[in-house]
Amino acid sequence: MAEKKLVDARGSFCPGPLMELIAAIKMVEIGDELEVLSTDKGSAAEIPQWLKKVGHEHLGSHEEAGVWHVNVKRTK
Amino acid sequence: MESNKISIVVLSDKREQLQMAGMIASVGAVSGNEVLVFISMNAMRYFVKGADEKAPCEGPVGELMAQKNVPPFKMLFEQAVTLGDAKIHPCSMAMDVLGIEQGGLEDYIGEAMGLTMFLDECKGGQVWSF
Repeated sequence: MAEKKLVDARGSFCPGPLMELIAAIKMVEIGDELEVLSTDKGSAAEIPQWLKKVGHEHLGSHEEAGVWHVNVKRTK
Repeated sequence: MESNKISIVVLSDKREQLQMAGMIASVGAVSGNEVLVFISMNAMRYFVKGADEKAPCEGPVGELMAQKNVPPFKMLFEQAVTLGDAKIHPCSMAMDVLGIEQGGLEDYIGEAMGLTMFLDECKGGQVWSF
């Protein structure tokens, strides 16, 4: 497995962080992990919903100093 | 993953309307839906190749969006195509009225479409209008 890929979407508003994740997820291999950084609370909630819908794995989210860290695994 | 057909008619030249249409197109397309966008009337000029005119705001939210790092609506429509395989077609009537030739629009815009074909294509799915 490659090193976790960072998707820095801080400062962008919905659906910017989601779209940045989708662009990044197409560039990694199945099984690779990504971490999205977002200052947009709506996107932090939206991304796990999208992951559930399309079937990638949500490894967990947490917030630190106003930045949401959303961890993702490409599964297909 | 459940797939639906989503057709979006984009007519307005106002920032808020164009933004919401682009959001539904992009998020809809990357979520496994079959998205068709039909561009006509006053929205058409923003999709002329290289156009960078700022869309006027309808109200305070549009003004705020203009100040913040909200993804530009044209980028959302392009991402709907490049990341989600959406299809975007210009209205053939508006192309004729505005004198726009095929190839005069952004590269991610497909061929001109008439209403007969659009109405047939959107049958049985959700239809949104902005």
